[in-house]
Amino acid sequence: MLLIRFCEESIAARYHTGKKMRCPTHLCTGQEAVPAAAGQALRSDDFVVSTHRAHGHYLGKGGDLNKMIAEIYGKKSGCSGGWGGSMHLVDRSVGFIGSTAIVAGTIPVGVGLGLSIKLKNTDQISCVFLGDAATEEGVFYESVNFAVLKKLPVLFICENNLYSVYSPLKVRQPEDRSITSMVQGLGCPAINGNGNDAIESYEKILKAVTSIRNGNGPVFLEFATYRWREHCGPDFDNHIGYRTEEEFEAWKMKDPIEAFEQKILLDNIIDKRMIEELKAGTQAKIDNAFKLADLAEFPDFCDQTWFSEVNG
Amino acid sequence: MSCNMTFSQAVNDALATAMQIDENVICYGLGIPDPKGVFGTSLGLQEKFGHDRVFDMPCSENGMTGIAIGASLNGIRPVMTHQRLDFFLLAIDQLINNAANWKYMFGGNSGNVPITIRLIIGRGWGQGPTHSQSLHSWFAHVPGLKVVSPTTARDAKGLLLSSIFDDDPVIFLEHRWLHNHTEEVPEGDFRLPLGKASLLRRGNDVSVISMSYMSVEAIHAIDYLQDKCNINCDLIDLRSINPIDWETIFDSVRKTGRLLVLDTGWETLSVAGEIVARCAIECFDSMKCPPVRMALPDCPTPTSWALTKNYYKEAVDIGQTIAKMLKIEINLEPLKQMRGTNHDVPGDWFKGPF
Repeated sequence: MLLIRFCEESIAARYHTGKKMRCPTHLCTGQEAVPAAAGQALRSDDFVVSTHRAHGHYLGKGGDLNKMIAEIYGKKSGCSGGWGGSMHLVDRSVGFIGSTAIVAGTIPVGVGLGLSIKLKNTDQISCVFLGDAATEEGVFYESVNFAVLKKLPVLFICENNLYSVYSPLKVRQPEDRSITSMVQGLGCPAINGNGNDAIESYEKILKAVTSIRNGNGPVFLEFATYRWREHCGPDFDNHIGYRTEEEFEAWKMKDPIEAFEQKILLDNIIDKRMIEELKAGTQAKIDNAFKLADLAEFPDFCDQTWFSEVNG
Repeated sequence: MSCNMTFSQAVNDALATAMQIDENVICYGLGIPDPKGVFGTSLGLQEKFGHDRVFDMPCSENGMTGIAIGASLNGIRPVMTHQRLDFFLLAIDQLINNAANWKYMFGGNSGNVPITIRLIIGRGWGQGPTHSQSLHSWFAHVPGLKVVSPTTARDAKGLLLSSIFDDDPVIFLEHRWLHNHTEEVPEGDFRLPLGKASLLRRGNDVSVISMSYMSVEAIHAIDYLQDKCNINCDLIDLRSINPIDWETIFDSVRKTGRLLVLDTGWETLSVAGEIVARCAIECFDSMKCPPVRMALPDCPTPTSWALTKNYYKEAVDIGQTIAKMLKIEINLEPLKQMRGTNHDVPGDWFKGPF
């Protein structure tokens, strides 16, 4: 969680000043608990696909930090070789298969990975991260239907942060119908939870992972959470009028990291000094990643063509 | 060893061969295991290779395309089939945003997308605006997709096997009127290279560049002109719409100096238009007359027997155009009579309904 938080905040701090991160960047500050918990509950060889807001999912799954920052800088040492930017991340060495920027675009891809697991008869699972707005896309229903039909090993994790860009959930979906109950109607076991509670998130994800690995088919989890910063970019946007300062402050009070920190301090799992050391060490790793990204080379346009070798 | 078979049987043979060679090849689509087996092309596959590898699918064209993409990223080679190309338009999002871009946008670090999508193009018998659109130019416009369009049974088998084992996404177009074409087809793992055109007729007078079913009409016209008038044309069947075999086309145009391009799709912004443009750029000095393209009028496909009468181009229209390019008069009445069937069916074998 700390790595994700500090990473996002470091990007925010440098985005305007250096002008070296020249790509749309969707930060997940405030939403760290679910990606971190999922990363812990999943195995390294499990697959993950994600969305435009993917930094947390990538880092949570164990994706290489240096390669992610370099990717945002557009450098050759980036996880996508500098061809993808913030919205197109990959690290296959830890099962992070890819994130793309079309709403719901990777949902069927994750289900297809689930199909491949079933065909190859391994005990991996495929985890699909999606936002609340993705449940409004037709391809979401097509994908859940197929996963249920074929009992595929797929975990859908929906982070409901209440907004699609600036459009609140209540203008997009009927207020008296929850996403969870809708998915239950599709025949997919679905439960919701507090996405700002790391321990609750972890327990719910782990339970789902165990059920899926035991061959019981897909599970859908909906976690309530909130992004602190603007939809896209390093700033805050509460002042533009699509959400209130009060709402933002209320969610900030539910900071997942602070809550978790209090809990483990209270339970004597860790002491203050250790936390400070952890924080300093994490920040140092991130600062180093920026340094490396800055020094790295850009790829050349001629490095890649779109055709594989034409066979024959 | 070879065997006499129809285009449909050749497709079926290619699918069975691919599934036999590689257990990662799977095959699905609406109606794939049904009693008609998509015009016979998928008959017997489920019985032979089982329900896990050969299956019917929900009416979810976009989702099932994304699912093919995801499966392919873990080593599966899915072949998806749609009974008409038009249904597949629901899947343009997954095709373009994901399949075509995937390899490039991750710098090659998230693997290839070796999927094959078979799309069948209808014509005549009242197919109308939503069952006969020939949209190869859309697919060919997008970098990252290969577009294959065989004309003969032999090519259908050889190109389908190559498409399935190619590492890029391939759109494999089958014209419904070609499904009954019959010829000797090699047995076993017979592959033809993607991106290579085929020279179906040889001559020095006009270069006719054609594709898919239009190559059949072209053969009738060109053979007639050779027999009756000693006019000899090159007939180049593209086979691959992307990549296009430019060298074969340029060599022919430099030799004949006359270019006629036949296209199964609409005229404006067509593949034929691209071929005319490239030849004008590359072979301008060789041109003896302005290049000509013959394609469909720029309007949705009419439905009825009456309204389609002048919509599609036939051998006699091709003959007329060639005569005009050569500035000669030719009696084409016998060619017109030779066709013998209604204009809205490919032959007596076609009994409808689709």
